[in-house]
Amino acid sequence: MILIAVISLGAIGAIGALLLYAASKKFEVYEDPRIAQVQAVLPGANCGGCGYPGCAGFAGACVKADSLDGMLCPVGGGPVMAKVATILGKEAGAAEPMVAVVRCNGTCQARPRTNQYDGTKSCAIASTLYGGETNCTFGCLGYGDCVKACNFGAIRINPETGIAEVDEEKCTSCGACVKACPKSIIELRKKGPKSRRIFVSCVNKDKGAVARKACSNACIGCGKCEKECPFGAVAVTNNVAYIDYTKCRMCRKCVAVCPTGAIHELNFPPRKEAAPAAPKAAAVKPAAPAAPKAAPKAEAIVEPKVSIQSPASAPTKE
Amino acid sequence: MLRTFRIGGIHPPENKLSAGKKIEVLATPKQVIIPLGQHIGAPAVAVVKKGDLVKVGTLLAKAGGFVSANIHSSVSGKVNKIDNALDASGYRRPAIYIDVEGDEWEASIDRTDTLVKECNLSSKEIIDKIAAAGIVGLGGATFPTQVKLMPPPGNKAEIVIINAVECEPYLTSDHSLMMEKAEQILVGVTLLMKAVNVNRAVIGIENNKPDAIAKMQQLAVNYPGVEIMPLKVQYPQGGEKQLIDAVIRRQVKSGALPISAGAVVQNVGTAYAVYEAVQKNKPLFERVVTVTGKALANPSNFLVRMGTPISCLIDAAGGLPENTGKIIGGGPMMGKALISAEVPVCKGSSGVLLLTKEESVRKPMRDCIRCAKCVGACPMGLNPTLLMSCTEFKNWELAEENHITDCIECGSCSFTCPANRPLLDQIRLGKGKVMGIIRARKS
Amino acid sequence: MENSLYVSPSPHIHGGDSISKNMYGVLIALIPAFLVSLYCFGLGALIVTATSVLACVIFEYLIQRFLMKKEPTLCDGSAILTGVLLAFNVPSNLPIWIILIGALAAIGIGKMSFGGLGNNIFNPALVGRVFLLISFPAQMTTWPVPDVFPMTYTDAETGATILSSLHEGGAPLPAMVDMLIGRIGGSLGEISAIALLLGFAFMLWKKIITWHIPVSILATVFVFTGILYLVNPTVYVNPFIHLLSGGLLLGSIFMATDYVTSPMSKNGMIVYGIGIGLLTAVIRIFGSYPEGMSFAILIMNAFTPLINSYIKPKHFGGK
Repeated sequence: MILIAVISLGAIGAIGALLLYAASKKFEVYEDPRIAQVQAVLPGANCGGCGYPGCAGFAGACVKADSLDGMLCPVGGGPVMAKVATILGKEAGAAEPMVAVVRCNGTCQARPRTNQYDGTKSCAIASTLYGGETNCTFGCLGYGDCVKACNFGAIRINPETGIAEVDEEKCTSCGACVKACPKSIIELRKKGPKSRRIFVSCVNKDKGAVARKACSNACIGCGKCEKECPFGAVAVTNNVAYIDYTKCRMCRKCVAVCPTGAIHELNFPPRKEAAPAAPKAAAVKPAAPAAPKAAPKAEAIVEPKVSIQSPASAPTKE
Repeated sequence: MLRTFRIGGIHPPENKLSAGKKIEVLATPKQVIIPLGQHIGAPAVAVVKKGDLVKVGTLLAKAGGFVSANIHSSVSGKVNKIDNALDASGYRRPAIYIDVEGDEWEASIDRTDTLVKECNLSSKEIIDKIAAAGIVGLGGATFPTQVKLMPPPGNKAEIVIINAVECEPYLTSDHSLMMEKAEQILVGVTLLMKAVNVNRAVIGIENNKPDAIAKMQQLAVNYPGVEIMPLKVQYPQGGEKQLIDAVIRRQVKSGALPISAGAVVQNVGTAYAVYEAVQKNKPLFERVVTVTGKALANPSNFLVRMGTPISCLIDAAGGLPENTGKIIGGGPMMGKALISAEVPVCKGSSGVLLLTKEESVRKPMRDCIRCAKCVGACPMGLNPTLLMSCTEFKNWELAEENHITDCIECGSCSFTCPANRPLLDQIRLGKGKVMGIIRARKS
Repeated sequence: MENSLYVSPSPHIHGGDSISKNMYGVLIALIPAFLVSLYCFGLGALIVTATSVLACVIFEYLIQRFLMKKEPTLCDGSAILTGVLLAFNVPSNLPIWIILIGALAAIGIGKMSFGGLGNNIFNPALVGRVFLLISFPAQMTTWPVPDVFPMTYTDAETGATILSSLHEGGAPLPAMVDMLIGRIGGSLGEISAIALLLGFAFMLWKKIITWHIPVSILATVFVFTGILYLVNPTVYVNPFIHLLSGGLLLGSIFMATDYVTSPMSKNGMIVYGIGIGLLTAVIRIFGSYPEGMSFAILIMNAFTPLINSYIKPKHFGGK
């Protein structure tokens, strides 16, 4: 009896093994082994920030591509691309660190609410219905589509301001929030040396008076910044100023002249005499333990060349 | 057995508070704001400038494309400015502000009340006159009428169906129009029949308006080819595809135009506007608007000039009630919530509905219990709860496979859902996304 | 802002239907059946039902409050309904501790482990019932004999049900009238056909359920057993006996129509009903259990997602 059982089970097992072997040979799909290698060094976030469907797609594209120019994993950045390059024996393209920037500063105080939204809490749905709970039809709605889109927990809605906020430590500049924002408020900007950035924190295209009435922090398109900028980096179109980060040399002159405080500077050391014209630059984090003397110098000595290195190795100005 | 459409449908409380009220002519306000985008399609292009003097019926803006419509002045006075104004879309869009001075009409308009029955114009001439008068679908869809009257090659109209069902709760503007302008409407219908070269027209009226059915039936005998069809009350019977199904028992194929079933559907208000445009040379610059709401002192039907702020209508109907929570442009099922009472009346404004605070707030949503009541209610035979989760999980392929683009946004699903799920909110979003994907694929 | 207007996408009105309305509607529809069982089983029916309902509600509250850390949703009545349906599916002399285990299985395993109402795959009350049937076969299959308001509970006089006597063969069949009004042995809520049909009529009138599932189940069982009866009347019983006996009516009207675990489209419902009908008849006639309703429903519950993805509602303008 036992023998029969052993033999029959063994036979079934053997036949099964043969079938599996045959099937695996017959239906085998050849895959470049380098794809798996490349995929192994990628972060595996599958965020799609590279423009390919997930990390596997990106790995495949890297292996196929003739050169790695323009191929960038925004999450891993330069170091990961260097690893990919060594695996594939190709040159890594220049990687410029970017970060998501929320261009709205219409806080609850600055932007009075005129109505109450009672629909599904989704920016995409609200924006197909109307302009939003305030008179500003361009600003952040605060229902957190970007928060849901972010795979890294790098963006959140600040309950006090009602506006999205980026945690630049966690942000990988994958661009998911940029795509998710129906108001096109979020933009990927150059991270800048020591994470220092200047940008116009408003996208309101209404005429100055209307914009101002809706939000006291709005850009009114007055053009003072445009005139002030020595490098031609600021342009006012459709009643709203925009700073071209490839031209901006971070002199901060525009910040000083902005009458509504719509231009923000981030991570700069505090100025010697706080410019009264920009009291609303609340986002300024005086975190950098800079010596006071550094401030006046910063305007002049900012490296004119565009840095392509990671912020940690950026030339120091202190 | 009365006819109705064959799939889904609901029967919300009718609440026709202003039924039986006469149409009152509303006084012209001091200033009108006339948006340039009052219709589906490209906005009109302004042909007047600041400081110009205009009369009632003067052309203000020309159609900005094939699918677009002319816009005429509803008052006489001076163009104050052309600037962005908040309209029913909830955004600030270009509009013409006119300061009212007097009430002088263009000389070409026949202001008498005499009924003009005879019309010797050809089909082409009628359509041209309709286009010149800037007529759009007055049921709320605001699709330019002349475009609908010119079937694309390969399609032949067989029947004109007049939508007089007024299936939206509360609204009575079409009802009151039928009671007072029945003859004019019937002449308008014959003009539409002539425009598309058919000899049959059916006016579909839901049988909650027995007086209108009786009146129209009595007069229709003098108009050969025009038939009145009472229909069972069911929402959304005013949907173009639903009405065709109810009247001629043909279902328009998914993605096809109604003309593919041989039908040209026009609203009863549009038929009246066609009469006025063709027989009286009067462009579309005023319309009947229902102002209603349970808390409103005096729900009414007003004849309103375009561009009048909605606040004027509310004041005339007894003033804004204390506990108003929502002002809706249109009916409660498909209307748009407005953020301000200063929004002007447009061609598509069939009503203004005021809801109290208690009526305005949605109840908290629960998990779907898969009761399939939305499936039973959907007049397009879709599975709303599936489409909602497709949108939530961004599964656009599955949404497309399940015909999300056929959704007519009637809101029956959200209305019936016992778990208070905002089905239509999500489906509308998903429909937009999928339509975008399809367009991108085609180009 | 106090006086600001509300803004939301359309529609702006709601039909006023709610989960609790539907659940309480079903509970109202179950009242006639409960009254009959109260009449026939007396104290036992009361104790079993009360224990089951209380246990289900308490378990649901505890699990939601302490395990899932969510706002408890007791008011919607779904736990009460599960409790009642579980009680209706067990004999009226079942000891309290077994009922508690059944309630825990129903709520804990059948419902909450999937995430609560709306997410469960199987009908919770049936999960509890089948759990008990397999764990305590002896207690679950001794049925008290119906009486007039008996004040006995666990010491009630017991007898066989029609189906179990059929299964073992021999015993005489009761009169059809007794089956209609409920003077037969069986689980607490399943005995009176008339009371259950009354509940069915109420739910149809209130539009809580549609006719598709119950009718297709009953028709399938009738046709299937009818064919066998025509082939050989000495071996197989009259199809009417099948329709009126056991949990068929209770199951097809109240359990198979459970919103969460039944298909969405009308055609899907019919396929689902036919599946349940066939499985029930097959288990009854050829299986080793005398009654197959619970198993049939649970098996078809598992097929519901498949039915939903293959059988779509009839699409306007489609083929």
